[in-house]
Amino acid sequence: MPPAQKKSAAPAKKTSAAKPSSGFGGESPEQLRAYYREMQLIRRFEERSAEMYQRAKIGGYCHLNLGEEATVVGLMSAMAPRDYLFTTYREHGYAIARGIEPGRVMAELFGRTTGVSKGWGGSMHLFDVDARLLGGYGIVGGQIPPATGAALAIAYRGPGGPETEAVVCQLGDATTNIGAWHESLNLAAIWKLPIVYVVINNRLGMGTPVEKAAGEPDLYKRGCAYRIPGVRVDGNDPIACRDAMKEALRLAREERQPSILEAVSWRLRGHSVVDPAKYRTKEEVQRLHDLDPLTAYRKKLVDTGAADMAQLAAIDDEVEAQVNAVVEFADNSPHPTPDQLFAHAYATPVANAPRELPGDPLLRA
Amino acid sequence: MAVITYRQALHDTLRSELIRDPNVFLMGEEIGVFEGSYKITAGLLTEFGPERVRDTPIAEEGFVGAAIGAAMLGLRPVVEIMTINFSILAMDQIVNHAAKIHAMFGGQSRVPMVIRTPGGGGQQLAATHSQNIEVWYAHVPGLKVVVPATPADAKGLLAASIRDDDPVMFIENLALYNTKGEVPDGEYVTEIGKAAVMKEGTDITLVSYSRMAAVALDVAKRLEDDEGVSAEVVDLRSLRPLDRDTIINSVKKTGKAVVLEEDWLSYGVGAEIAATIQEGAFDYLDAPVRRVAAAEVPLPYAKPLELAALPDATALVKVIHETLDATRFRG
Repeated sequence: MPPAQKKSAAPAKKTSAAKPSSGFGGESPEQLRAYYREMQLIRRFEERSAEMYQRAKIGGYCHLNLGEEATVVGLMSAMAPRDYLFTTYREHGYAIARGIEPGRVMAELFGRTTGVSKGWGGSMHLFDVDARLLGGYGIVGGQIPPATGAALAIAYRGPGGPETEAVVCQLGDATTNIGAWHESLNLAAIWKLPIVYVVINNRLGMGTPVEKAAGEPDLYKRGCAYRIPGVRVDGNDPIACRDAMKEALRLAREERQPSILEAVSWRLRGHSVVDPAKYRTKEEVQRLHDLDPLTAYRKKLVDTGAADMAQLAAIDDEVEAQVNAVVEFADNSPHPTPDQLFAHAYATPVANAPRELPGDPLLRA
Repeated sequence: MAVITYRQALHDTLRSELIRDPNVFLMGEEIGVFEGSYKITAGLLTEFGPERVRDTPIAEEGFVGAAIGAAMLGLRPVVEIMTINFSILAMDQIVNHAAKIHAMFGGQSRVPMVIRTPGGGGQQLAATHSQNIEVWYAHVPGLKVVVPATPADAKGLLAASIRDDDPVMFIENLALYNTKGEVPDGEYVTEIGKAAVMKEGTDITLVSYSRMAAVALDVAKRLEDDEGVSAEVVDLRSLRPLDRDTIINSVKKTGKAVVLEEDWLSYGVGAEIAATIQEGAFDYLDAPVRRVAAAEVPLPYAKPLELAALPDATALVKVIHETLDATRFRG
């Protein structure tokens, strides 16, 4: 597996040469530490999710953002509250970074009524209308046409401008090979839609390397057939992700120019919590340890003087307590009851809607 | 009350809904400049402009999915898929997304969209362009599937579908576009989920939908005039939800039922109707429920073969006679 290719065509980064205590990336030490806190929160949230899965508190499939924390925090910090996010089934961190109370995210994983999707969606289908998180989607590529249509709705309602809404549509590296994406890219191009397609390239689609699945493995180039520009950023660098996302959103808002943003990072564990990732070599696993974005970011904070070890330890303790509370909240939340089974069958009442449970007579007495 | 074609009823309803609600817009292949493959959208591009009458590339999965996203943001897209056969290309978006989004996300998002698409055989369009796969969609919770048979229902159900907050599959039929009927003027909305008794009768119940309901009605009128057989015709109008009570009540009265459907026999709509009748009116039945459906082959091109494969009035009359004979009915 080749190392990260950081040939970002992203906007020039304001890599600060200023004295250490003033931070970097144009951000104050406080903000940089806030990013760290967010990354650490996602890290611990996901580790606890894996643990809760092993303890059968969480069912179904469960895909973690471990290794993707810098990408998550960087991308989400660039989005405005008015923007819409359509994402994949590996989305716990995005929901949290979008500002949703982590307890409600964990409660959804637990299948409880206090969950973001009221226990109807589970890990793969987080949704929060207020946070404008318009869904995690379990079908690979399924989110892309609807995300494109959300951008169409924005365009339908008015011209672009700096204060307008935009759509961020995420997809994994392997999803770049699906027809739905290419149909959507074409629609976005001919209709000039305010959308950013963010490709999370973690090098593996389940167990298949990008190079074995994609005819053009430089995934940010895959919009060229539609004249859609793309950039690649180091997904382990939250500042680079944030800046690239800001520019992509600017293009979407002001120029109604759809674009592709490819963020390269490494999935630190298996495809899902039950995948032991035996397809990885020992060397690769060792290298993953060195490519942990949290380790790198922590080091950078200390090296630049944006944080000291004591501050980081305090943040870690705080996050630990928060995640404990998150798990407790989820565990203490009520399970949905069977009388709610047809609550969302249709948006409005309709004549003769079926409400039979298994074994019920077909005709109501 | 004017007598107009099914096509005109659809066109006029699209136009009046576009006027009524600025959130309504149309999208589909060749619906603008070309005015639609079957000319349902004739003149609408000129009147409403390209934002509201939006031509799409040939990308069913893409534009059906785009309609879903637009609906999630509160617009009311009305998508035309050139024929139901091409809806198969959008199956993931229809079944895995449009049908699921409201429930799967805990009721937080509505998907108020309509997919208009014609099915039906008999036009010598051969195997891939003549299918009746509405039952595939009728199987899926979260969708509504309506199948208007008359110009009046084309109007009333289309208006209801566009104003509905759930995704609606609005299934038309190629052979119905030129049929004529009385259509109420002005505001006219037909409730989704309710069957209609097209003709009352006491001897036998004919259950059907879409084009075959029109055939069943003709047969019923003829049998009444020629043989004194009083057939009741139930037009389902909606396959999901299915109005089981109207079917059952009719069979309780007549004691006999024949289903006429253009889809394939096995696992078809008629199978669901027959199951409904045997559970709801078992003690009232004087004869087995029979189904008249399409032969189970990919529909051939050659006219004699096509005619042999499709259900028609002759086959229906034969089965009605067999059912009546089985009960020693004297007309």
